[in-house]
Amino acid sequence: MALTIAEVEHVALLARLSLSQMEKEQLAEQLGAILEYADRLKKLDTENIEPLDHILPVSNVFREDAVKSSPDREEMLANAPMAEDGQYKVPKII
Amino acid sequence: MEKYDYEIVIGLEVHVELKTKTKIFCACSNSFGAEPNTNVCPVCSGFPGMLPVLNQQVVDYAIRAGLALNCEISPYSKFDRKNYFYPDLPKAYQISQFDLPICLNGYLDIYVEGRTKRIGIVRAHMEEDAGKLVHQGSITQTAFSLVDLNRSGVPLLEIVSQPDMRSAAEAREYLEKLRSTMLFAGVSDCKMQEGSLRCDANVSVRPWGEAKLGTRTEIKNLNSFRALEKAIEYEARRQMDALDDGELIVQETRTWDEEKQVTRSMRSKEEAHDYRYFPEPDLPPLMISPEWVESIAREMPELPHQAQQRLMDEYGLPPYDVAILTSTPEYLAYFDQCVVDFSQPKAVANWMMGELNKYLNQSNMEISACLVQPGHLAALLKMVDEGTISGKMAKDIFAEMFASGNEPQGIVKEKGLAQISDQDTLIAMIEEVLKANPKVVEDYLGGKQKAAGFLVGQVMKATKGQANPTLVNQLIDKCLSAQ
Amino acid sequence: MQLCDLTIHQLKTRLEKKEITSEEILDSCLGRIKEVEPDVRAFITLLEDNARNSARLVDKQGNYRGLSGIPYGLKDIFCTRGVLTTCASRILENFVPNYDATVAGRLIEAGGIMVGKLNMDEFAMGSSTEQSAFFPTHNPWDHSRVPGGSSGGSAAAVAAGEIPFSLGTDTGGSIRQPASYCGVVGLKPTYGRVSRWGVIAYASSLDQVGVFTRDVADCALVLQTIAGHDPLDSTSIDIAVPDYAESLQNDIKGLKIAYPREYFQQGVNDEVKSAVVQALKTYDSLGAVIDEVSLPHSEYALPAYYLVATAEASANLARYDGVRYGLRDFSAENVVDMFSQSRALGFGSDVKRRIMLGTYALSSGYYDAYYLKALKVRRLLKNDFDRVFEDFDVIAAPTAPTVAFKLGEQTGDPLTLYMNDILTVPINMAGLPGMSIPCGFAGGMPVGMQLIGKPFDEGTIIKAAYAFEQATSFHLARPGLGVK
Repeated sequence: MALTIAEVEHVALLARLSLSQMEKEQLAEQLGAILEYADRLKKLDTENIEPLDHILPVSNVFREDAVKSSPDREEMLANAPMAEDGQYKVPKII
Repeated sequence: MEKYDYEIVIGLEVHVELKTKTKIFCACSNSFGAEPNTNVCPVCSGFPGMLPVLNQQVVDYAIRAGLALNCEISPYSKFDRKNYFYPDLPKAYQISQFDLPICLNGYLDIYVEGRTKRIGIVRAHMEEDAGKLVHQGSITQTAFSLVDLNRSGVPLLEIVSQPDMRSAAEAREYLEKLRSTMLFAGVSDCKMQEGSLRCDANVSVRPWGEAKLGTRTEIKNLNSFRALEKAIEYEARRQMDALDDGELIVQETRTWDEEKQVTRSMRSKEEAHDYRYFPEPDLPPLMISPEWVESIAREMPELPHQAQQRLMDEYGLPPYDVAILTSTPEYLAYFDQCVVDFSQPKAVANWMMGELNKYLNQSNMEISACLVQPGHLAALLKMVDEGTISGKMAKDIFAEMFASGNEPQGIVKEKGLAQISDQDTLIAMIEEVLKANPKVVEDYLGGKQKAAGFLVGQVMKATKGQANPTLVNQLIDKCLSAQ
Repeated sequence: MQLCDLTIHQLKTRLEKKEITSEEILDSCLGRIKEVEPDVRAFITLLEDNARNSARLVDKQGNYRGLSGIPYGLKDIFCTRGVLTTCASRILENFVPNYDATVAGRLIEAGGIMVGKLNMDEFAMGSSTEQSAFFPTHNPWDHSRVPGGSSGGSAAAVAAGEIPFSLGTDTGGSIRQPASYCGVVGLKPTYGRVSRWGVIAYASSLDQVGVFTRDVADCALVLQTIAGHDPLDSTSIDIAVPDYAESLQNDIKGLKIAYPREYFQQGVNDEVKSAVVQALKTYDSLGAVIDEVSLPHSEYALPAYYLVATAEASANLARYDGVRYGLRDFSAENVVDMFSQSRALGFGSDVKRRIMLGTYALSSGYYDAYYLKALKVRRLLKNDFDRVFEDFDVIAAPTAPTVAFKLGEQTGDPLTLYMNDILTVPINMAGLPGMSIPCGFAGGMPVGMQLIGKPFDEGTIIKAAYAFEQATSFHLARPGLGVK
């Protein structure tokens, strides 16, 4: 079943994607179809199954607390769309 | 007066920065006050393809903090991603701990209104800090903001209390206790003004006797102990007034406006937060063995409550003194060092809480920056005790010591301030005074006891106040009765 | 046969004997690139001058160890210091990293000659390389067909003789499927075997770096160079890397090979099926023990995969917000609009769709039904494989249900396109090593057989693949490049 446009808009806001009306309609349809396909998972009884959140049999991977010098600021800011005074510049928050 | 009697319910969420050398997931320096974006690298700037590697010291500190807060240390713990967009959050998710935090079920005992109260701690978890957003002008008026990522990736421990506090004073006391506990444990420097100790307060009110909690609001931007108290008082009053007027409390985040001394809603047109937590695939889980916890427990420094017990047991100091002396490890160390050199703990405590604190507060100084060495304060107190100087002189000398850092003996010698306690010198002076005032002596001998006071005053005048007054009294008595 | 058509080990032998120079190899490769690129379009960035300088330097030193003097290309998902790294997306159109991915650094250390960055589906999301924001890549065997994806440029360039080897990444089949479509060898190692540091993430718990070569011996050689622990990647496991050259042996008598019945159903094309069945007969004749098994949860792998992969992707791709790098919509007046509009401009439609799906699967109210459910199914899938590997050394199956399809054929319904991954995603979900090797042709297009191994046992699948290769000649077939 297709998602509602309101649902699509809510998810798009969470994902910070501005969508055209046409995109919203398409996505409502397509996501609905994909989710319907995903609903076949519901057939499986997974009541007593532990979710697998880490595939590797490892734990406790650490780094020593030793400082390494940081790269030059100019190098770090070289890709910035806008920068000023050694900082990234963004439009107003509100 | 409100229609009902209300009870205030407060829980605190406190963030402390852990004082590691490097950030939590990369090898950039964790130091305060550097030039913007100089302690940054592709990892803490959230560049494509970058991966986190956990700093072991962060885990060690988190375990140590957890033990200091009487928490259970989880044998299995993991990291999660908390997703939200903000310009100072480079990956647009914060690596935090959601359902399996490293520390659970702890408590702190606080001392309020003459009794001890236990405040429960729900959990403490590790996470990374975000960067800093600098507004050109105020946040609402500026056209642009600047992003500094030096703080991005600084290790934090978020400590969440139970809603166990019932007044602003209790909340303040809890935060003070939490701060001193973290300071003593040696895991954070807890400087509110530098942001290494931050506090959000969850506040609700309910009619007395009601078991169900009221709707709470979360107050942010509490940058001092005073702000915490004021904000809670304001917010509780606001909620009570609202309920009295038949309004409902909206669950929301509010900010403390320091200038206007009010809390303001931070509600925006944004969606309600949905952080979409899920397990961080880039970091394997943590398995913390009992041996690991044990080894950290063994090297745990003395904690505030232990120090307090020691001061009461060994020195018989009252709880009030003890609470102040254990406010920071440096303050306690100063006291302990003084007592080594001058074994009258109560006198040391009085001086530290009195003169020393007065000057520290006046100059807004930490004890670690104080020029007066503990040994020098001990020497000063010893001179008072031996009668070499008077208490009043000691205060003047201390002012000099605080300003210069010089030792008291030198100051006394240099200014010729030593109290005259030499009996032969004083007797010679007294005899001169008696000779010069035969009428008064006669009055005294005739039964006028008060006349002695005049004679003492004359001796003090002659010695420019440097005579030991107790001794002068005794000696005048002695001389007169010999006549 | 030109130099550019030779394998790495053939080139190495001749370099070591000083019969040829690195520059001559490079010239041959660049010649082929000039010849075929207008049709194949495998490269996003070509680094002719840099490559030439590196080759000259290697020749001057004259020490042909490791991969010295061997040209290669990298999927444009690997960050390369000072070299444009786009991930085939508008959002990173101008991004130049100041760091090299760990594996990129290892290839430089080994003396390899980087020729360029290869085309792919945007952010590795896709199965045809048609989702590249810049242009599609064409299959060297038939230019009207796709090379597969997402590492389509990496597969096509090796198949077309433009470079002897390339690196790609595989999240749900993105190495094995294009290797199958292009008739080359493609290996996705065990999750944790090769460092992911500096590799732009699609789905962190599934992504793995791997290799495209023209034969199995070359595959072993390149894997040897890139495998092993990296302290910068907490999920790269700290265990010894075996000497894969020792796995290059013909004797596989007694090797136990399972074929899962579910992998021969699920809409697998008959010609593909029969090529793989024929390959199993070859194994039988080589003395291997072949038996049918069941991986009962196979049908759930694809939906579970899409939930896990897109959920992780929704977080991994959130950093492209126009603040620190990448495309920004300068017309936005506030930060929320800047985020939303920059991302809308920068991402292609399939990327947006997957971000939306993943965001939905993690959102409040749906987490348990979708994301958590998928993690539980992931456990079941892994258990299926564990059970089979109690009794078998290798699992063999078709790599993809069909041969390479026509460009534009599968751009409509996303679900149909996702079906291409049906035989490869379970292996990523279980974190296992998988390899695709040429095993026949269907309608003139190459067919790949997938060999799946136990965790960290790449050695055994290399051995099985090598024995098959020695007994057959499919790997020697080269696309007739004139065919259109």
